[in-house]
Amino acid sequence: MIRVEELTYKVGNRQLVDGLSFEAHSGEMLAILGANGAGKSTLMKLLCREMRPSSGKIYIKEKELMNYRLEDLAKTRAVLSQHNTLSVSFVVDELVMMGRYPHFDQKPASNDFAVVRRVMQDTGISHLSGRDYNTLSGGEQQRVQLARVIAQVYETPNACLLLDEPTNGLDIQFQQQIMVLARKLADSGYCVICILHDINYASRFADRILMLKNGKKVAEGMPIEVINCENIHETFSIKVKLMACEDYNCPLVIPATSVS
Amino acid sequence: MVVSSCIGAVDISFSELLSIISYHTRISDHQGFTSQQASVFFNLRLPRVLLGSLIGAALGVSGAAIQGLFRNPLAEPGLIGISSGATLFAVIMIVLEINIFKNLTGTLSFYALSIAAFIGAGITTMIVYRIAMKNGKTVITTLLLAGLAINALANSFIGLMTYMATDAQLRNITFWNLGSLGGASWQTVSALLPFVLIPIVVLPFFAKSLNALALGEAQALHMGVNVKVVKRMIIILATMAVGASVAMAGIIGFIGLIIPHIIRMTFTADHRLVIPGSALLGGALLTGADLIARTIVAPAELPIGILTAMIGVPVFIYIIISEKNKNNL
Repeated sequence: MIRVEELTYKVGNRQLVDGLSFEAHSGEMLAILGANGAGKSTLMKLLCREMRPSSGKIYIKEKELMNYRLEDLAKTRAVLSQHNTLSVSFVVDELVMMGRYPHFDQKPASNDFAVVRRVMQDTGISHLSGRDYNTLSGGEQQRVQLARVIAQVYETPNACLLLDEPTNGLDIQFQQQIMVLARKLADSGYCVICILHDINYASRFADRILMLKNGKKVAEGMPIEVINCENIHETFSIKVKLMACEDYNCPLVIPATSVS
Repeated sequence: MVVSSCIGAVDISFSELLSIISYHTRISDHQGFTSQQASVFFNLRLPRVLLGSLIGAALGVSGAAIQGLFRNPLAEPGLIGISSGATLFAVIMIVLEINIFKNLTGTLSFYALSIAAFIGAGITTMIVYRIAMKNGKTVITTLLLAGLAINALANSFIGLMTYMATDAQLRNITFWNLGSLGGASWQTVSALLPFVLIPIVVLPFFAKSLNALALGEAQALHMGVNVKVVKRMIIILATMAVGASVAMAGIIGFIGLIIPHIIRMTFTADHRLVIPGSALLGGALLTGADLIARTIVAPAELPIGILTAMIGVPVFIYIIISEKNKNNL
């Protein structure tokens, strides 16, 4: 699990993240929503330890983030970044094996091969085995990257997965596949934190939602509690309509027809 | 290597070579060769072949490492200014006759020259890296332009040094600009050996980190790679190899570009194979190229730098075109 206390990140006079506190538990998916520039990516970079917070603390499994050794941290949490480009081309299997790098020194053990095989099955990319990564479509590449990230913490119960807009630029089929996968991971015990753009995806798949504006928390809670016209207007400065939907415990959000 | 040690102004047949080896290792008492052949083999051919393979291995390995570090298959010590930085420092050492340098003779002076070239290579790599890196990525145009600028700057200073140099120094300097294995002797081989062996042995341990870096610096960090330390170590090791080979043989271009590329095309981009593979293939290819360079216009000798550039530039253009097509997709 991850606990964030009074997290603040300043650049000059601007507070990109401003006194943020929240928790995400094992077996839970927390979605982070917010307009562009709300501080989502900054928050993600702080959670990944790419940047140091100006003040405040982040705990992963009750241990302060900065006190982890890099190798130990890599076995406790894995990150799927937004932009994944490869400078030289790798075969899919080799790329997924990179997720096992924190676990072996020079040569992968038989267990590492087994994990790679299982993760590729779980993520439905076994048929891509042996393919060159750069020849894959965007959706396939994203699933390979996700497989790599899962392989990194495959055997760590209640490890943390940080996903930065995992569905970005994918068509609706791949979006759904990725979200179903993320949901399954949360159900199997991982603590998943996921930045999303689509409010409906967030309310459909996440257990709880954190809404951000100007680095501050607008709302936090279960989808049914936080998805309402006021919060969405506060977060995105747009007017929306809510629509009840069968078999769906949270109302659908659709843009209000009149342009405000 | 075997072929290259046999062919030359004094011919040695394969059986004579075997005879030389077995005689000197006391396997056989039969002396099936002339003493001239033996002396050519031990004093000229063998050191030259060794120097060629060491330098080829050094250039191959450092090319592979630098391309991994810059996350760009076009990064090459010569193109991005590392070699000229090394040359500049070596030339400064010679012309200004730095005090410490003057007191050193024999192998030690070669060591001093190697270290100077290594420092020059290290500084230029750092500068180019700073200029070309943006958000953990190199922009290829910035990288090549930075290399162009560094090359121009280094060359202007080398020009200045040439202007100040005495005749004897001048001869030394011209040698660097052409690139040649003609200076081969047991002294140069032994001076080069540690500077090449250390990177070849140590760099493979960074292969995993280099693979992770291919994904991006942030991604490598997420996988537990200590990016700062790794980058520093790779720069030191790669420039060590480049610096020392420049000090011994001048600028031999394009080896560092072609060799890793061939390995990546034929086998895999996995640095665990690319790095040792580049060392092996680099050594073999440069020895072969040297054989051509010193026999094609016999009895004269073609500077090997000219030959590698002639082979290398078409490959370079090919890589540019294939990169362009890939980015257009």
